[in-house]
Amino acid sequence: MDPVFLSRLQFAAATMFHFLFVPLTLGLSVLIAYMETKYARTGDKTYLRMTKFWGKLFLINFALGVVTGITLEFQFGTNWSRYSAYVGDIFGSLLAIEASVAFFLESTFIGIWIFGWKKLSAKAHAGVMWLVALAGNLSAVWILMANGFMQHPVGYVIKDGRAELESFIALITNKHGLLEIIHVVPASLLLASFFVMGVSAWHLLKKQHLPIFERSFRIGLVVGLVMAIVVGITGDMHGVNVSKTQPAKLAAMESHWETQTRAPLVLFAIPDQENEKNLIEIGAIPGILSFLGFHDFNAKVTGLRDIPKDERPPVLPTFVGFRTMVGLGTLFILLTIYGWFKRNHLTENPTYLKIMMFAIPLPYIAMEMGWIVSEVGRQPWIVYGLMRTAEAASPISTTQVFTSLMGFILVYGLLGAVGFYLMAKTVKQGPDAANQSEKRS
Amino acid sequence: MELQAIWFFLWGLLWAVFFMTDGFDFGIGTIYPFAGKTDTDKRMMLNAMGPLWDGNEVWLITAGGVTFAAFPLVYATMFSTLYTPLMLILFALIFRGVAIHFRGKIDTPTWKRVWDFLIFIGSFVPALLFGVAFANIFQGIPFDGQGFYHGNTLKLLNPYGLLGGVLFVLLFIVHGANWMAVKSTGELQARMAAISQKTWVALVPVAVVFLLASYFATDLWANYFKYPVLFIVTLVNVAALLSIRYFVVNQTYFKAWFASAATIVLCTFFGIIGLFPALFPSSLHPDWHLTAFNASSSPLTLKIMLGVVIIFIPIVIGYQIWAYHLFKDPVTEDDLDMDEAY
Ligand code: HDD
Ligand code: HEM
Ligand code: HEM
Repeated sequence: MDPVFLSRLQFAAATMFHFLFVPLTLGLSVLIAYMETKYARTGDKTYLRMTKFWGKLFLINFALGVVTGITLEFQFGTNWSRYSAYVGDIFGSLLAIEASVAFFLESTFIGIWIFGWKKLSAKAHAGVMWLVALAGNLSAVWILMANGFMQHPVGYVIKDGRAELESFIALITNKHGLLEIIHVVPASLLLASFFVMGVSAWHLLKKQHLPIFERSFRIGLVVGLVMAIVVGITGDMHGVNVSKTQPAKLAAMESHWETQTRAPLVLFAIPDQENEKNLIEIGAIPGILSFLGFHDFNAKVTGLRDIPKDERPPVLPTFVGFRTMVGLGTLFILLTIYGWFKRNHLTENPTYLKIMMFAIPLPYIAMEMGWIVSEVGRQPWIVYGLMRTAEAASPISTTQVFTSLMGFILVYGLLGAVGFYLMAKTVKQGPDAANQSEKRS
Repeated sequence: MELQAIWFFLWGLLWAVFFMTDGFDFGIGTIYPFAGKTDTDKRMMLNAMGPLWDGNEVWLITAGGVTFAAFPLVYATMFSTLYTPLMLILFALIFRGVAIHFRGKIDTPTWKRVWDFLIFIGSFVPALLFGVAFANIFQGIPFDGQGFYHGNTLKLLNPYGLLGGVLFVLLFIVHGANWMAVKSTGELQARMAAISQKTWVALVPVAVVFLLASYFATDLWANYFKYPVLFIVTLVNVAALLSIRYFVVNQTYFKAWFASAATIVLCTFFGIIGLFPALFPSSLHPDWHLTAFNASSSPLTLKIMLGVVIIFIPIVIGYQIWAYHLFKDPVTEDDLDMDEAY
């Protein structure tokens, strides 16, 4: 095993784990801020109890998001030092801006939110939550811009053997980055809505705390429905963009080997990268791939065989990842539309509630799959077209990376288990009794 | 040229502010299992840093981010050569973060004992290792012009490195005990003041030995002999160190906390000034030193980042001061009763 492979494994594990918590932070913070504003405006105690209940879950999740983020910030230096030296001029500044603009805001105000119930007025306290929500989403904006540069480098010149910043404006208006933002932020709200709906469904099925969870479910439903549609639309824009900027990724997403016009969409296939073909292909619909990629049924789509072998990404994960994400995205639209028609009779639809309960993990899966498409599909480049992943790693020993990787697996495994246990426990406990949350707030 | 020098000192300042703010959290965490006799004591300590530690930790992220943005080569070389100690620090910080949040979630002794231990590890290990790391940086790290590391992680634990580690731990304990004295009353406050005083007695000789050892182990003093006015920094540093005891004895704990904060900043600057213009010296050959001038970003990036820092850091300081102000009163039983309290 070489250190590059281990570093890739470690980075993948660390980001994927971080991203189990981030989207819920991004989305749920907004929903909680909304609930608390309702309370501050109307004085309705049900909203206060909702805020407190979802707030508890939010904080458990938040703690895990923060600690897993800190390791990431330093891993560019520890494991990808050649990358850092090469693009630090550009990439480093985006991370530094993220920290000074977003993380400070978020971490300082979350402390005030947790401990400030008695020190601030209801309105100010709700305002603090809005700041937390804003800050979280701002941090997403900057980190996604940084990732956008890796996907589609712009605004740089190569000087003295490294990439130097040429235009900051070009850097922060990078189309790929903007597309990531408008896809990830709504996807996070979608994930949070499904979380809220799923947890609410559990209580609704038990017929307990009905006012709280009926209201919560409906908030989740409205936001979820809108966001499911938005995510589909922005995902399509993403696809169109990728087909222009990263033809190899598009071909891998579709396991598309032969360059052709009127390229078909294959519903199911088993890619065989070795022999440059698909083992099985079922349900090819002519022209659809051309249409999805270029919004033109007759467009020419480059196949993998016309891409040099050493510039092809791993096809299987990219292909499966994309199918899973899009399939789930379609399912989310159907589930929320169905829910919309039943919104006034939720408790009379136990089957739907049960489905929504078991649907909690699905947006998480869609998220992780989306990132696999995006990041694995970018390979073998760490910065598309500019630097290869293999040239980017630090000159460190295999033992070091192996040891830290084992550390990550062990510690993150335990953290994940503890976090899940605490979340489940908090969900089961349910909201505090009405008088209690009043007394303590 | 000047831009790079400005960035050098901003870089130093960010690390100094990180040590100053999160330093008292590390200090509290280090004395936590020993000084917290009852569960209430312990919760008092956690809630005394409760609203603030997370915001304090971001100074570390910003210091790291700014190292990346302004001196990418330093970021790359520093963190890859110091791979193992940095990973240990990061894991320790993970433990601390989750431990503070999760300890109070379940009310059984075993559960709490596990997290108590992790709070200690998560505070003591970073305090020690940051000291060890910085002392070793003062001495120079064995890396070559390609960024290859020719050392051995265990060698970081040389006498001077360890001395730096002990210095940091003692400083942070004094700083943390001072903050606890601000944030508590009665018996707990008296105990914390006593810890601050006793630790101070150990701190002073360690600090003196460290300054002397720096003369033999490092080149830090060279800049001072070149520009003797710089000795003022050291003198103010000594004054701050001495005044800690004065304020603690007079039971003006806020002032004592300010004094320990100033001491930490000035101690960091003792090293930063001595290092200038190197951020990350190589012990193998002076040609391989990474300095503010050969390891910086392009002028454009430095300018843009300077704009960002000049606008946003004062805003951050503003709202953080507001947060400190909001939570300056001693923690009460009533606070511990809150649902959200740790
Ligand atoms: C709930 C999560 C979720 C859902 C339902 C979808 N996506 Fe997605 N998708 C993501 C979550 C996501 C993501 C994890 O957030 C990614 C990774 C990188 C990014 O920008 O967003 C992503 C990336 C991503 C990419 C790769 C962009 C790149 O190369 O950087 C494409 C082409 C799409 N998406 C397209 C779609 C389409 C056509 C969907 C149809 C419904 C869809 N996504 C639903
Ligand atoms: C949080 C969501 C993200 C997930 C789940 C994710 C996932 C992954 C995965 C699976 C890999 C391994 C690819 C491979 O080596 O085959 C990877 C690599 C990498 N990603 Fe991401 N990524 C995420 C976001 C980001 C962002 C925002 C950045 C930059 C700011 C980033 C930077 C990198 C780097 C530097 C590598 C290592 C080099 C490489 O393998 O290309 N990632 N990521
Ligand atoms: C799409 C990818 C990412 C998004 C949207 C994102 C967003 C966030 C958000 C919202 C938080 C706040 C805490 C939480 O969510 O629980 C957070 C924490 C953090 N993230 Fe990420 N992140 C991403 C990937 C990364 C990467 C690649 C890095 C490495 C540079 C990183 C570094 C951090 C750090 C250092 C923290 C802790 C901040 C604190 O203490 O408040 N994140 N991230």
